[in-house]
Amino acid sequence: MRTATYTQLLRETLEAALRRDPRIFLMGEDIGVYGGAFGVTRGLLKEFGAIRVRDTPISEQALVGVAIGAAAAGSRPVVEIMFMDFVTLAVDQLVNMAAKLHYIYGLRCPLVVRMPHGGGRGYGATHSQSLERLFTGVPGLQIVAPATALDASALLQTALQGSNPVLFLEHKLLYPMRWEVPEELPAPQSFGQARIVREGAQVTIVAWSGMVPQAERAAEALAPEGVQAEVIDLRTLAPLDTDTVVTSVRKTGRVLIVEEGPRTGGFAAEIACRIFDAAYDSLDAPIRRLACPDCPIPAAKKLEAACLPNAATIADAARELAGKA
Amino acid sequence: MTAGRAVIQHTAGPAAPPDPRGDATASPLTTKHRMDLLTCHTRMLTIRFFEEAVERLFHEGRIGGTAHTCIGQEAVAVGVAAALQSGDAVTSTHRGHGHFLALGADPCRLMAELFGRATGYSRGRGGSQMMMDTSLGFYGANGITGGSIPFAAGLALDAQMRGMQRVVVCFFGDGAANQGVCHETMNLAALWKLPLVFLCENNGYAMSTSVQRGLAHPHMIDRAAAYGIPSASVDGNDLPAVQHATANALQHARSNKGPMLLECRTYRLSGHSRGDKREYRHMHEESEAWKREPIQRLEALLVEQKLADAATLTTHRAAAQQRIEAAIQFADVSPLPDVNTVAEGVFA
Repeated sequence: MRTATYTQLLRETLEAALRRDPRIFLMGEDIGVYGGAFGVTRGLLKEFGAIRVRDTPISEQALVGVAIGAAAAGSRPVVEIMFMDFVTLAVDQLVNMAAKLHYIYGLRCPLVVRMPHGGGRGYGATHSQSLERLFTGVPGLQIVAPATALDASALLQTALQGSNPVLFLEHKLLYPMRWEVPEELPAPQSFGQARIVREGAQVTIVAWSGMVPQAERAAEALAPEGVQAEVIDLRTLAPLDTDTVVTSVRKTGRVLIVEEGPRTGGFAAEIACRIFDAAYDSLDAPIRRLACPDCPIPAAKKLEAACLPNAATIADAARELAGKA
Repeated sequence: MTAGRAVIQHTAGPAAPPDPRGDATASPLTTKHRMDLLTCHTRMLTIRFFEEAVERLFHEGRIGGTAHTCIGQEAVAVGVAAALQSGDAVTSTHRGHGHFLALGADPCRLMAELFGRATGYSRGRGGSQMMMDTSLGFYGANGITGGSIPFAAGLALDAQMRGMQRVVVCFFGDGAANQGVCHETMNLAALWKLPLVFLCENNGYAMSTSVQRGLAHPHMIDRAAAYGIPSASVDGNDLPAVQHATANALQHARSNKGPMLLECRTYRLSGHSRGDKREYRHMHEESEAWKREPIQRLEALLVEQKLADAATLTTHRAAAQQRIEAAIQFADVSPLPDVNTVAEGVFA
């Protein structure tokens, strides 16, 4: 065993993939010499050269469109969008092109778009968002949001071996976190399988990406108080593993869904609806959502912290839901 | 080229003024490209009659949804196709029937797609704006104006990285030229020397907006200079000129010199789509444009060069009409898609 960060395993996974498959190449803004804004591709230029670790001008729509075209022709591009906020500039290509190629034409589009997302770094309203909600309603896109280094590697491997466009979310606060991991990279992990992070009988907490460690910490804090929380990490939002969530809710009868994004129109609402459809007769309390207020994410540390759910607010909500407040 | 034709060339497309720095249209009639002029004539007729049939079928209520026809622009589609080499690829626009037919698409399957039948190119899923046949090098039309421009560059990047001889021709219009992604892609393609031809089919109108009202600077090809991309502008209603200019552009792109911009100035004799009453332009403008339409011009040339006589042309016309009638028949009797499969195939 050894310890490794989320960033490190992502890099090792990309490195192994570039070695294994000559069709794979990376493109994005400042991913070469600079190594990417968060350092994920650091060092890869030296080993694989500028053809396969390709810096691009600041042209998100063109670079995503180019990647889609290359994927349709048989290459396997991996795009880095420096901040997920910037993917708004490429939405046309993802929604109108990548997502439709297979349904309309039967054409495969093995594309991975990696995107750092989320707040907590004080980067302000246009560098902190979690915009997965813009894509969860677009059939044809797979959406992956790993919460641990091992899952990041395992799910990225699956994305790199697949035949569909994948949006790969990486929470900025996860990058430097360190986990105990085996020497070898993990095996690929199928999409659509949620992970039960921690078992508990009284309340289910559903989270993904950066909210998972917060939920874990909340569950740890609640345990001594006699509130046993079951924490579920969705791992992928599309496909979504509804079964694991519903099974847990049938056991606990209470569920809190945590989302790092504004409450209105969020993906938590979709999950809540699915739970209600499948398990309304098992619910002992209304389904509860914890999300950001409906406002942009402000830059000042104190204001930002007031927006984002965290271990303490998750614990409060779960405690209240379990009737122990 | 005759002096008479040169004059016509400079008056083509009232909305597309001739480029002051001259034309890339020294069109030789002997070419070693894959289509001879008679084949080109046949393809142009196929496109013309196909599009006329589409307008008629809409009018009769036999097909629905939307479609954008390219009557008057046939020489651009066929001239480009005639210059391609096998293995080259093309991306198209929302007005894509002509491009597809020029590459050899089966009119039956194309018509069946408009009829929403299972035998259509996209099994009824795509409609007029979403068809593809990669075996013909046709990588799809696109309902988003300008949306296929970076996609084309991606095909070119793939070809470059694999060391293929392929050049990609990216059709776009004067409307799409104003999309930001067009400029982003020109910069990127020039930077990476992609084997790509930006083929601007300037038909004078972005829906109802004429180029005079849509372009701040009237000379489209001047934009290429900003990216260090060589460019040329050609009379898009002059088939041999289009073929020749395209061959030059392809040659440039194939010799690892990077992309080129070729403007083909033409005129959209059709309305934008079904229901366009064309109130934004004068009937006089259209009747003048009809005098410059490309099929009659090619026919005059064929007769002048003794490549065909009037009887041959009549036979060609009748045969092309018959092909389109057969396509309508085929589409009409083709099975509807199975509705139970509607949600299938979203993912590979």
